[in-house]
Amino acid sequence: MNLLDVRNLGKRYPVRHGLTRRLAGHVAAVDGVSLSVGPGETLGLVGESGCGKSTVAKLITRLERPTSGSIHFAGRDLAELDETALRPVRRELQMVFQDPFSSLNPRQTVRRILTAPARYQGLEPQEPVEDLLARVGLRPEHADRHPHEFSGGQAQRIGIARALALRPKLVVCDEPVSALDVSVQAQILNLLKDLQDEHGLSYLFIAHDLGAVRQISTRIAVMYLGSVVETADRDTLFAHPAHPYTRALLSAVPLPDPDAERDRERIVLRGDLPSPLNPPTGCRFRTRCPKAADRCATDRPDLRTIAPGQQVACHYPERTP
Amino acid sequence: MTLLTVRDLTVEFRSGVRAVDGLDLELDAGQVLGVVGESGSGKSVTSLAVLGLLRDARVGGDIRFDGQELTALGQRALRRLRGNRIAMVFQDPLSCLNPYYSVAFQIAEAYRAHHRSTRRHAHRVAVRMLDRVGIPEPERRAKAYPHEFSGGMRQRVMIAMALCLEPDLLIADEPTTALDVTVQAQILQLLRELREEKGTAVMLITHDMGVVAGLADQVVVMHQGRAVERGPVRDVFHHPRQPYTRGLLACVPRIDGPLPDRLPTLGAAE
Repeated sequence: MNLLDVRNLGKRYPVRHGLTRRLAGHVAAVDGVSLSVGPGETLGLVGESGCGKSTVAKLITRLERPTSGSIHFAGRDLAELDETALRPVRRELQMVFQDPFSSLNPRQTVRRILTAPARYQGLEPQEPVEDLLARVGLRPEHADRHPHEFSGGQAQRIGIARALALRPKLVVCDEPVSALDVSVQAQILNLLKDLQDEHGLSYLFIAHDLGAVRQISTRIAVMYLGSVVETADRDTLFAHPAHPYTRALLSAVPLPDPDAERDRERIVLRGDLPSPLNPPTGCRFRTRCPKAADRCATDRPDLRTIAPGQQVACHYPERTP
Repeated sequence: MTLLTVRDLTVEFRSGVRAVDGLDLELDAGQVLGVVGESGSGKSVTSLAVLGLLRDARVGGDIRFDGQELTALGQRALRRLRGNRIAMVFQDPLSCLNPYYSVAFQIAEAYRAHHRSTRRHAHRVAVRMLDRVGIPEPERRAKAYPHEFSGGMRQRVMIAMALCLEPDLLIADEPTTALDVTVQAQILQLLRELREEKGTAVMLITHDMGVVAGLADQVVVMHQGRAVERGPVRDVFHHPRQPYTRGLLACVPRIDGPLPDRLPTLGAAE
């Protein structure tokens, strides 16, 4: 039984032009995304900028309302709920943001920040602020300081502590380590893993850094231009990527090893991401795909299972050896 | 032949912060020197010091470029050198381009600052450079403005601008950090090709150990304003001598190789 089940999720934004704000069309930021996260599992969601991964995070946490699809979480469809009905759900569904400083109120003490979730829910805090700080590796005396007195890594720990304050079941982490230096990234990734082991948390971990995603995820979904193009168990995805985009993405990640860098096969994609305002017909990746054929321009491939635990949206996936 | 020698460089800001503290660097003609470190290690300040772009700081030590002592030069002489013999590419191309002028105009402007040339000739040089850095339909795209370009294309424009004067040294400060990995791969490929073709020496400043591994011949690891380790890139990556370098290499989560349950961390980094 999955904790989170997202089916055919879509979000279209109106695009307006000129002084009269004339409606010029719609941009589909998210276009038919299906995902699931089981209890205690981490689903990594990767893709490049503009692929819609952050919009997926905002839709699942219902910071935005989806235009289509369903979001089943703990027995309810969040896509249908209004603000009043969402409030109790938010106890179980929390978020960690990319920029720790802009997501913490600079005028509040850490104590006030960490008790805010309970305050808004009309609840008593689940545990003393000092205990919450200890769980994320901070000290009791940090409770009465302000965000600017912390380093980036410490500030992100506060953001994580706030997300944990109500003992959620699922935490959506949107690029939680990309603003941090590598050595601090490693500490935060370790912390997220420890907290998962301790509390049986599930994560939806959104990032563009494939190394970080591999380190923390049990399963991975790859997005391109608003849709999921491949999902697989972590080891399968890295060992046998089947979608040409996944393969190109992996071959583009620089390896910190001069010999491996020299000898590796490089798939350098042509051009840039097409505009989501005017996406290509058929398969959305075909304009940059080294394997594109006639059929790709007319038929849009659906996600289909090609191996146990691996689904790919491609007419010509790479065969698993 | 040594192109750039930095000896005992110190940079102290008015606040008393010592961003660079006794740094030595050496870069041969046609070589790529990777300067890696975390934020605050002094790598960007070093590049600004080489270019003579630090106005409000006390810069000490020697910076010798092609036999000339740069710290002794006045602003006019430095201006002649910058762009012409030492060019620079920064992290964020959008903030380096003027939104009011077409991309070809801005490349041509850089060319005309150092060459006696007609506008028409400079424009032709700009279009040729746009073609060289892989902008499709360069004739037509030359008239475009920076906002009409994607991040990767803007960075190509910056590289075109830097290379139109055929400098001996290109300083690239986090040139791919703002880009997506597939676009980063394109830009790194372009830098590899240009280096083969023109023999331009590159000082590559980055926090990304993978970018260094793929492009650099020599590497300097910086920490707190000092070089903690240096050497040929294979030696430093395969046999790092300093614990800091070992830690920096080990704490990067990788897409290949064995997967550790926990990442090793650098003790005193936070």
